[in-house]
Amino acid sequence: MSLFKQITEKPWERKGIIGGLKAEGTFDVPSERVALTFFLIAASIVFSLFGVSYYIRMELPDWLPIAEPTALWFNTGLLIASSVLFQVSRNIVGNGKSKNVLLAFFGGGVFAALFVFAQLQTWDELQAAGVYLSSNPAADFYFLLTGLHALHVAGGLYVWLKCVFRMVTGAEPQAQRLSIELCTVYWHFLLIVWLVMFAVLANT
Amino acid sequence: MAYVPLADQDHEQEMHHPHSWVTKYVWSQDHKVIAIQYGGTAVLVGLVALVLSLLMRMQLGFPGTFDLIDPSAYYQSVTMHGMIMVVYMLTALLLGGFGNYMVPLMIGARDMVFPFLNMLSFWFYLLSVVILMASFFVGGGPTGAGWTLYPPQATLAGTPGSDMGIVLMLLSLFVFIVAFTMGGLNYVTTILQYRTRGMTLMRLPLTIWGIFVATVLGLFAFPALLVSAIMMLFDTLLGTSFFMPAIIESGTPMDYDGGSPILFQHLFWFFGHPEVYIVALPAFGLVSDVISTHARKNIFGYRMMVWAIIAIGGLSFIVWAHHMYVSGMNPYFGFFFATTTLIIAVPTALKVYNWVLTLWEGDIRLNAPMYFAIGFIFTFIHGGLTGLFLGNVVIDLPLSDTYFVVAHFHMVMGVSPVLVIFASIYHWFPKVSGRMYHEGMAKAHFWITFLGTYAIYLPMHYLGFLGVPRRYYAIGETDFIPASAQTLNESITIAALIVGAAQLIFLFNMLWSLRNGAKADPNPWNSASLEWQTPDTPPVHGNWGDKLPTVYRWAYDYSVPGAKHDFIPQDMAEEDVEMEDGSTGSTATGA
Repeated sequence: MSLFKQITEKPWERKGIIGGLKAEGTFDVPSERVALTFFLIAASIVFSLFGVSYYIRMELPDWLPIAEPTALWFNTGLLIASSVLFQVSRNIVGNGKSKNVLLAFFGGGVFAALFVFAQLQTWDELQAAGVYLSSNPAADFYFLLTGLHALHVAGGLYVWLKCVFRMVTGAEPQAQRLSIELCTVYWHFLLIVWLVMFAVLANT
Repeated sequence: MAYVPLADQDHEQEMHHPHSWVTKYVWSQDHKVIAIQYGGTAVLVGLVALVLSLLMRMQLGFPGTFDLIDPSAYYQSVTMHGMIMVVYMLTALLLGGFGNYMVPLMIGARDMVFPFLNMLSFWFYLLSVVILMASFFVGGGPTGAGWTLYPPQATLAGTPGSDMGIVLMLLSLFVFIVAFTMGGLNYVTTILQYRTRGMTLMRLPLTIWGIFVATVLGLFAFPALLVSAIMMLFDTLLGTSFFMPAIIESGTPMDYDGGSPILFQHLFWFFGHPEVYIVALPAFGLVSDVISTHARKNIFGYRMMVWAIIAIGGLSFIVWAHHMYVSGMNPYFGFFFATTTLIIAVPTALKVYNWVLTLWEGDIRLNAPMYFAIGFIFTFIHGGLTGLFLGNVVIDLPLSDTYFVVAHFHMVMGVSPVLVIFASIYHWFPKVSGRMYHEGMAKAHFWITFLGTYAIYLPMHYLGFLGVPRRYYAIGETDFIPASAQTLNESITIAALIVGAAQLIFLFNMLWSLRNGAKADPNPWNSASLEWQTPDTPPVHGNWGDKLPTVYRWAYDYSVPGAKHDFIPQDMAEEDVEMEDGSTGSTATGA
């Protein structure tokens, strides 16, 4: 039953079991997927509000644009590679196969970890160039936003690590299908957030 | 991967079975225990906030009489009272407490979808409370910036608690938001995915609709508070200038430059206004169920009630700047926000009409829950009407910084949800504890609280019209405020002290009844909704015994024409309903 149809029902008229003898979730997906979707909406609101704050703050007279490190292009490549590998692992388990799942899934996480490391490297680079936190508002936002995004990647890596551990210690990749799917969705989300954030940061 | 609904899974939900006292009552993953942990903590911290409000009133009623209340202590009391009541008491009690208890029971589930996350949610909440309370014991004391924590004053010397107090407040809010997110994801997912057989969305009791939409609001609005708390922490601790403008302090320029305090206000109220409805919507839901049960009538206009909850939830995101008229804004902006503010009154009024129409010609049982529910309708109408005044820019400007606003928001989001909380605690106490409360004490508690509320807040409207400013430690000598205003202030303080003391009756009643109350029937109010149909009272771990219930009807089959009893439980099949003529049969009125 569509969501619209459900909320236009007249419950006082219909008695008996609606929808046959089976219980129905509102969405035909695992509960974890529903929870992740709500979490991603909340997380995108966090990032969007930082984005709005960034543009409002940029209008004020003391704004000094900073030159974004060129390494960010390379880092973006790392995150794309990570997302692609997660998608590969998802496709394999989605087709009911198991071969190379661990390899692709593990590789995806490694590229993500490299991304976090490389992002932190840009902090050193900027500081070496004399751009510190609190030196000017554009720098403040750079450190804050990249840090927050890296934290989200790190949070995802914790879940990734648990799943890798389960597979290394003998769990069937098919049994980890949900974890792999959710990790992939999360990584695509982080990639989109990063691409938008990169565009916002570059637009000074 | 195909999704298998809970009720159709072979082993149903894998239950976490507690093995020891500690896992049963301390590190518990049972939604009912977590609910009581949440509720108990919220009530305790609410008592702290109550005492703080009495301290404020003592100063305002009898200025200078009590040495312990100096200006700093006064502002710290104002701040902590506001923040604790709104976030740590009301939000936690309504969603963490009632949300946790009611959601699985009312939808026919054994527990939340993620019991472990649910447990973590409580412990993070407790941690946030501990951090907040710790600020009473650090140097400089808790922050006295006002509950809105506006920069730059919140972090500048001269404001009490500007060193550690404000940092602990922001940290505590951060932890609270983490806790809320964990709990909130649970409530939303559980309501969407774990409903039992036959429990369609439109068969949910309004309590669940209120909790559901409020939780969604919370998940979407708390990010704004999170964002502002993070940036303010950076400003305070790391010297950034997100919100802090250029400031000269005692002749020396500070390190801050160019930040925007107005930006903070926008972020804060983008959270702050939905927060009003995060508190109000669960209260709307709970009170609907209490009124319907004790009026022995189905709730009037169920579908409209659901849609009104959804509409209010949506609109609550586009009214925030009505808190900022005096901060200054483009007049077209003000016009827009005044319009949306007045529009939100439409679905809200619709709900009030429907409560009154539910009472109309009902077979009303005037017991304590019903007293509080009807009391709520009064206070909510009064608080709502003054909101129409304040929603208009031209009326808000002169009234904004006066006691009129204090009266308004205490009536509408202070007293009203609290009356619903009392109604709900009395209403569900028999199910939660297995005992009846003492009706006489409950009614005494009602009359003192209800009449006392009016003795406190009604005169504040007049003070507001006189122009008595809010947030002042003492009014002192002025030309425009007559001496009688002070007399009024004294009477308000005396009323507040009496109402504060009357809450001891409530606490005593609860504690006394836990041991000495009469044993409660499983369904003492003859209620139709699912939580009253559990095989055990109080419900045990797993809630439903061997088999999850099957739902055949909505939650409001009261006084159905032709049926022998004046209620038909949600899990009673059509063929089992006894009719007046002795047959069993169909009560369906339509297709």
